[in-house]
Amino acid sequence: MISLADQLLVLVMLINFIMLGTSRLAFAIRAVAAQGVVLGIIPGLIHPFSGHLLVITVSMIVAKGLFIPWLINDAVRKAQIRREVEPFIGYVPTLILGAVFTTLAFVFAQKLPLAPEHRELLFVPASLATLMTGFLLLTTRKKAISQVIGYLVLENGIFIFGLLLTEAMPFMVEAAALLDLLVGVFVMGIVINHISREFSSVDTSRLQALREE
Amino acid sequence: MIFVWHIAVDPVANILGAILLIGLSGLPGLFIKRPGPGQKMSVVITICASILGMTGAMRILGGAPSVNYLLEWPIPFFDPCMLSADPLSALFLLPLLLSASCSSIYGLAYISASEHPGTEKQVTFFSGLLLASMASVLVARNGVLLLFAWEIMALSSWLLLMTNKKDAEVQRAGMVYLLCTHTGTMALFVLFSLLRAESGSFLFPAIHSLTTGGLTLPIILLAALIGFGAKAGIMPMHIWLPGAHANAPSHVSALMSGIMLKIGLYGIIRVVSFFVELPLWFGWLILSLGIISAVTGIVMATAQRDLKRILACSSIENIGIISIGLGIALVGMQSGNRLLVVFGLVGAFMHIINHALFKPLLFLGSGVIIHATGTRQIDRMGGLSITLPRTAPLFLVGCLAICGLPPLNGFVGELFLYFAAFSNGISAPLPVVAFIAPILALVGGLALITFVKLYGTIFLGTARDASATKGGEAPFAMLIPMILLTLACLITGVFAPLLLNLVEPVVVDYAAVPVELFERLVSIVPLQQLTMINGLLLLVILVIWVSWRFIVQRAPLATTETWGCGYLLPSRRMQYTGSSFSSLFTGLLRGSGGDGNRHPVLQGMFPASAGFASPTTERILDKIIIPILLGADWCLAWLRRTQSGHLHFYILYIFATLFVLMLWSHQ
Repeated sequence: MISLADQLLVLVMLINFIMLGTSRLAFAIRAVAAQGVVLGIIPGLIHPFSGHLLVITVSMIVAKGLFIPWLINDAVRKAQIRREVEPFIGYVPTLILGAVFTTLAFVFAQKLPLAPEHRELLFVPASLATLMTGFLLLTTRKKAISQVIGYLVLENGIFIFGLLLTEAMPFMVEAAALLDLLVGVFVMGIVINHISREFSSVDTSRLQALREE
Repeated sequence: MIFVWHIAVDPVANILGAILLIGLSGLPGLFIKRPGPGQKMSVVITICASILGMTGAMRILGGAPSVNYLLEWPIPFFDPCMLSADPLSALFLLPLLLSASCSSIYGLAYISASEHPGTEKQVTFFSGLLLASMASVLVARNGVLLLFAWEIMALSSWLLLMTNKKDAEVQRAGMVYLLCTHTGTMALFVLFSLLRAESGSFLFPAIHSLTTGGLTLPIILLAALIGFGAKAGIMPMHIWLPGAHANAPSHVSALMSGIMLKIGLYGIIRVVSFFVELPLWFGWLILSLGIISAVTGIVMATAQRDLKRILACSSIENIGIISIGLGIALVGMQSGNRLLVVFGLVGAFMHIINHALFKPLLFLGSGVIIHATGTRQIDRMGGLSITLPRTAPLFLVGCLAICGLPPLNGFVGELFLYFAAFSNGISAPLPVVAFIAPILALVGGLALITFVKLYGTIFLGTARDASATKGGEAPFAMLIPMILLTLACLITGVFAPLLLNLVEPVVVDYAAVPVELFERLVSIVPLQQLTMINGLLLLVILVIWVSWRFIVQRAPLATTETWGCGYLLPSRRMQYTGSSFSSLFTGLLRGSGGDGNRHPVLQGMFPASAGFASPTTERILDKIIIPILLGADWCLAWLRRTQSGHLHFYILYIFATLFVLMLWSHQ
């Protein structure tokens, strides 16, 4: 079971690369939904079955796999955009950066003072790699919707780290994290709407017009 | 049942209940759509709560044992939240609660629902919040709780100040206030972190229990002086004060000046009490800052032309006088001179109460005057004693009290300071303190010039500007609080021993002076005789006034232009103005940096028309602080490049920080 979890984590990291490499928003949204579903399955593989676990799994899959992607798709449809046109850094360079960061994540994870039972697993490197992918998406993409996706990926990274602690971490914390995410997506949705209404584009780099001189 | 009874009779619980009630008093109004009933409800709640709290405070001053309330709060690391009230808190709570009732009644008419639909709700709510937060600062026994209350106090007073937020002057005053208060709070963070490092807990240490040495103690004391002193308006940190007091609604100015400044002083007094040994220089520092504040404050007041700015500058002066008392006491503590301790503290505490009575009175009066004239410039006013027959005598009492003239309360507090200076000059381990007497006399004289100018220009003569005569006498809701405060000034002035009884437990508790010693020392001051003389004086004044009224009613006076001086066709523009009254004095000071007037340059036989302008300058703010800040802005301009406005860069900063931290953790 654990080895299956490791393989799924590899899948998660591959999905990271998909998101870094694609310019089509619809594809990126589907990728992040898939990542959410995969992450929803993992807790079931590594922990013994319990009611608590079931709730987490179901709510993860529903929220990350269905509800949030649906919200973003809705926003895409309303704002009528298909592609991330001009990222600050091109797709190939971001892919290379993503590879570099993933390697670094493995190096970091080697050196972290982890508990012995976590040392052999892919959880920590996968978490760090996903986290950094999220940051990379957030910093390099201009469209607000890409930013939301970056935010989701970032949260996925944090979730993977949290998997190590599922037994220690009270259910409330996870619920709160999910709620936090949901609120974040809602806020971003509102921001997207407003940006597209005000500037007739969803380019967040135009927000600098609000800068204090 | 026993528990409920205990809560009902425990003085500290009464005070806490009062704070809660006052804090929530404006809340119902926010949910009532119709303007009006919410405000009235808050007035009733505030008055009831004030009475409840004042009985609690009086009982603590009367010697009732005070209970500590420990609440477990869900904030980790910050130790349980402790609330209590000792005589020191109770002494500050009394004027606070009195002002709470007065200002809320006054607000009923000043920001009336019919004339200010919309703003009245927020002003009512934030006034309650401001009062409750100030009272919470007084009862907090945990540094973090105090900081919470402190920030609520700063922000609610800022929101009140911004009531007329469209006015550019208000915006500037608000900005300066916000910057000053946050700078102060920064110092308080330093203070409470260091205190925690010293005592091991955020809970306040017991009185005179910390034996801190080395470099920590000076840093703690200076942080307290900067953090609390910025709120108190002690001289180099006073820059926010004139603007903020002038631009807030009048009953809010009354609260800010009468109470909020004192909360700053309370902080200093409280922090100082934690330590067994204080360095001697700290006493001298407070003393000299007090002297600077007193003299400079009143000099600034003399030169001002804006009614509320004059009152604000005079607040700086009064804070200076209180600091002088405090400084004397601290110097006495460190040099083992009990007489200085007792007299300094009694003087300071008495002046705290007195100033919290007459300064709100004057600010409330200024609100009536502004309503009646529509301006704050005293040079445009005049003759208001006819249009405001009820306000005029009340304002006069306030003016006399603030000058420290005998039948009123301002005199008593300063008397103790004079005694401290004189009797110390006789038995002299520290002969320098005797110099305080002439300084106090100078300040008193200047205060007299200022307030003669203020009262004379506003109430005597005729209006100097025809446009400044739009309103009449204030409604009763505005007069009642002023009458209350006037009565309080008269009673505490005539019956000075009453005031001493209030202050005695505080001094005994705070300075750990035995009661017998306190009474022996204080008996030097002939308070009984003073009461008799004051009573007699008051009686004489009353008799003269009544008989004068009698005469006036019998023989109607010929009405003519005031100060006509025999000239047949005087115009209202020919009267003395406030500026001309004080021009001799401001001329004397001109050497010290210019009066800021822009004189016209006249050339040739027939000079062209030229302008004369006399702007009010805030010299320390405009000439010192703003250039320093501009210099800092210039030096740090390169930092601004990091503020690109691109969301992506900010995320990159977070990312970079995370990355660096991860690398760093591996070292």
